[in-house]
Amino acid sequence: MSATAEAMTKASLSKQRHIEERPEVVVRFAGDSGDGMQLAGTQFSNASAVFGNDISTLPDFPAEIRAPAGSLAGVSGYQIHFSSYDIYTPGDRVNALVAMNPAALKTNIKDLEEGGILIVNSDAFTTSDLQKAGYKTNPLEDGSLKKYRLVAVPITKLNREALSDLKLSPREVDRCRNFFVLGLVYWLYERPLEPTLRWIKEKFARNPAVMEANIRALKAGYSYGETLEELPVQYRVPKAKIAPGRYRKITGNEATALGLVTAGQLAGKTLVYCSYPITPASDILHTLAEMRRYGVVTIQAEDEIAAIGAAIGASFGGALGVTGTSGPGVCLKSEAINLAVMAELPVVIIDVQRAGPSTGMPTKTEQADLLQALFGRNGESPVVVLAPASPAECFTLIIEAIRLAVSYMTPVFFMSDGYLANSAEPWPIPKVEELPKIEIKHPTEPNEDGQFMPYKRDHRLVRPWALPGTPGLEHRIGGLEKEDVTGNVSYDPLNHEHMVRTRAQKVANIADEIPPLSVLGPETGDLLVISWGSTYGAIVAAVERAQRKGLSVACAQLRYLNPMPKNTGEVLRRYKRVLVPELNLGHLRLLLQGRYLVECVGLNKVQGRPFLVSEIEEKIHQLLQV
Amino acid sequence: MPAATLPTLTPKDFASDQDVRWCPGCGDYSILAQMKKVCASLGIPREKFVFISGIGCSSRFPYYMNTYGFHTIHGRAPTFATGLKVARPDLLVWVITGDGDGLSIGGNHLLHALRRNVDIKIVLFNNEIYGLTKGQYSPTSRLGTRTKSSPLGSIENPIRPITIALAAEATFVARTIDVDVNHLTETLRRAAFHKGSAFVEVYQNCKVFNDGVFEYTTDKEVKSENVLYLEQGKPLIFGKNRDKGIRLNGLEPEVVELGKGVSVDDLIIHDEKAAEPTLAFVLSRMYHPQFPEPVGVFRAIERPTFEDLLNRQVEDAIKAKGRGKLEELFQSEDIWVVEEAEANGPAALD
Repeated sequence: MSATAEAMTKASLSKQRHIEERPEVVVRFAGDSGDGMQLAGTQFSNASAVFGNDISTLPDFPAEIRAPAGSLAGVSGYQIHFSSYDIYTPGDRVNALVAMNPAALKTNIKDLEEGGILIVNSDAFTTSDLQKAGYKTNPLEDGSLKKYRLVAVPITKLNREALSDLKLSPREVDRCRNFFVLGLVYWLYERPLEPTLRWIKEKFARNPAVMEANIRALKAGYSYGETLEELPVQYRVPKAKIAPGRYRKITGNEATALGLVTAGQLAGKTLVYCSYPITPASDILHTLAEMRRYGVVTIQAEDEIAAIGAAIGASFGGALGVTGTSGPGVCLKSEAINLAVMAELPVVIIDVQRAGPSTGMPTKTEQADLLQALFGRNGESPVVVLAPASPAECFTLIIEAIRLAVSYMTPVFFMSDGYLANSAEPWPIPKVEELPKIEIKHPTEPNEDGQFMPYKRDHRLVRPWALPGTPGLEHRIGGLEKEDVTGNVSYDPLNHEHMVRTRAQKVANIADEIPPLSVLGPETGDLLVISWGSTYGAIVAAVERAQRKGLSVACAQLRYLNPMPKNTGEVLRRYKRVLVPELNLGHLRLLLQGRYLVECVGLNKVQGRPFLVSEIEEKIHQLLQV
Repeated sequence: MPAATLPTLTPKDFASDQDVRWCPGCGDYSILAQMKKVCASLGIPREKFVFISGIGCSSRFPYYMNTYGFHTIHGRAPTFATGLKVARPDLLVWVITGDGDGLSIGGNHLLHALRRNVDIKIVLFNNEIYGLTKGQYSPTSRLGTRTKSSPLGSIENPIRPITIALAAEATFVARTIDVDVNHLTETLRRAAFHKGSAFVEVYQNCKVFNDGVFEYTTDKEVKSENVLYLEQGKPLIFGKNRDKGIRLNGLEPEVVELGKGVSVDDLIIHDEKAAEPTLAFVLSRMYHPQFPEPVGVFRAIERPTFEDLLNRQVEDAIKAKGRGKLEELFQSEDIWVVEEAEANGPAALD
């Protein structure tokens, strides 16, 4: 059905059942980490994407692999925002919450909107589970959930009944409860069952009993919806207006991994990805480890230092050396990054940021590594810093990171974060033939009077990437200061200053070829909201809302943090005020104020969670005194 | 490249144009000279050599070799060498390190390069002292060593490089002495020809901060009593008159004099190819003055190298399923198609 705005605002009634149309819905599945909520959430988002909605998802899981069952620490959640128009975030307020046990209810109920649908597994509200969650009385009975449309379903019992004639252990039967509840939510939002049925059939092809059980649980949940007296309504979210093309769902970590493989092929080079396992970056290693036949080599190093050492060693040999980590790993890699700065070798450092300092909150997101990436090393140490704005954008920007690294012989930071890493959105599948090749030249001949000068530079100040094994170009590089041109060790004071300035200028020269900073909204006005990294989605959504209210506000996203686009200062000065929302205490704000002498207002949040659209919106209203 | 077309190289071809800046009398000079000799003798083109080092006196080595070289950061040379060798199996990669660089700050990487059997040649210059930082005790300094940072004598138990290398499952483990020129040359040659990680400890005299610490192995008067030359398949015999040997007593080695009721048949026969490193380990624990200290090859076994196994996984994966194409990679998940006609949903409202 092709919905119109008019149709969308009116609820349509049918004789059999009541169907309401909604432009967007936010659903969250929450349960014990053993309840299969991540799977239910993934299936729901796949089904919604395949149906044709725009989607944005946010998994939220504990750092502990399996905290004690029923405990608050063990609650795992997955939020899906699906809509009939472009959305940028997983949503602020939850419209429908599934809580598989009391602990999940307790930790998630605060995010459910008033009047929202609350589906609980009433069988799990036993005295002992209530106690584990810290409930003194049963919230299903004490009236404390009056604000919500409570749908208490004996999921365990119903699921067991539906599967009673299958030869499965009680444990195996209970493990299908997530599909029962998924079926119920599918009914509620008119989701197609086919993608999930297909997935179940593939996944359990070798275990027909379990396959049958899951299929039956899903269908039983769906049918149960029809009988629900508490919910005499279904919701319909029409297809979104999406540019024609082929799409798939992609997370930031997946997009990063695919981008790396693609960059290797576009450059005609072996990708050598060296990493030490760390949350939330490990999935990139896992994904790439399966890509041997794409010419990808992965090394699980003995530590973070070894990981970047091997990456730089691979680059020295002419491969694409990449390392991936999170903040604590960046700390350990700093010295090696500086070696690549000094030796002028390409290497890409992926920092999937997480809440710090120290071990911090490993599974929670934050943006507080920006200054570390820019300045967290001894000496004058210029590096390129890029930050993707959305999960899908990780693909194009990691390719750009590789391109800049090899084109300018420099380390490049790629600043992802836990939110981008695990969130998913639709990704328009690119046409391979339309992706630009990455041109790389390695010298084969001496470059000065029959001799090879490893630090003789081109007009951009970039030195040649001469590979070991090339006859006649033997040379030595290292971390000691080098004489200009020859690369010999030099402690000459003026040479040192010249080299320090040259390395800085080389990185600054990249500004000549990057796109200028563009704004979404009026070119001049009362307020500019400027941001970097994963906060983009919430900011665009908030700014668009403010614009629809007639406010004079624009937003701009910095994807290049070093060097910044040449017109950055000029853009900042076109607005009366500048707001910089960040998931830190003001890194970008410090940079912008310091570099461009423009006063900026910060909106800073460090809760391990992304911004809500409403938080940005409120700040905009506050600044514009609406 | 067929060997016949190779230019004949001399040690001089391996000398860079940089002034060597080690202290006069440093043992490093000898190692550098023998290394150039060895490199020239291998029949490998000069551009295929790469010397990678960490930080310390020994780590200046690459600057003095007219080959490719990379002077990296403290203790981490094996990591760069690993990445390089994985990317470029065609290169002959040497790692030059010292007792501080390789066993203190870089101990971790040494272990893992050896256990992975990356085909790199690690030469550890052991002078039992920190030289470049001007004379502090190192992880191989003997108990009681008095230095600037241990004026009352070192209270730390030293570790033995050979013992560590064996524990890390190294496939080639050897020891030699800086001034024992022929033995040094031969040991480096064997390391060069070993397929897999080779670990060579060189007793190296630091003239300035630890002079004479290995004198018992170099002094003409006493060295034959203090050094045991390991030879494959030969009994462990030493001494000026070759009248002493090493016998196993239970699990312990003991020095015995030949003749008095002890024959050569009672002695340990050296077997560098033994599958288990047990005896090599016993030898690595023989210290002066109780024992002569063994030099030569402790262990030389064959095992697939890291980069071969890794690159074979790539080849096998391609063989099994064909070279990966991006088109199929992008579409490996659930995909959906938005047709032209469908692309007309409502605009956003709120």
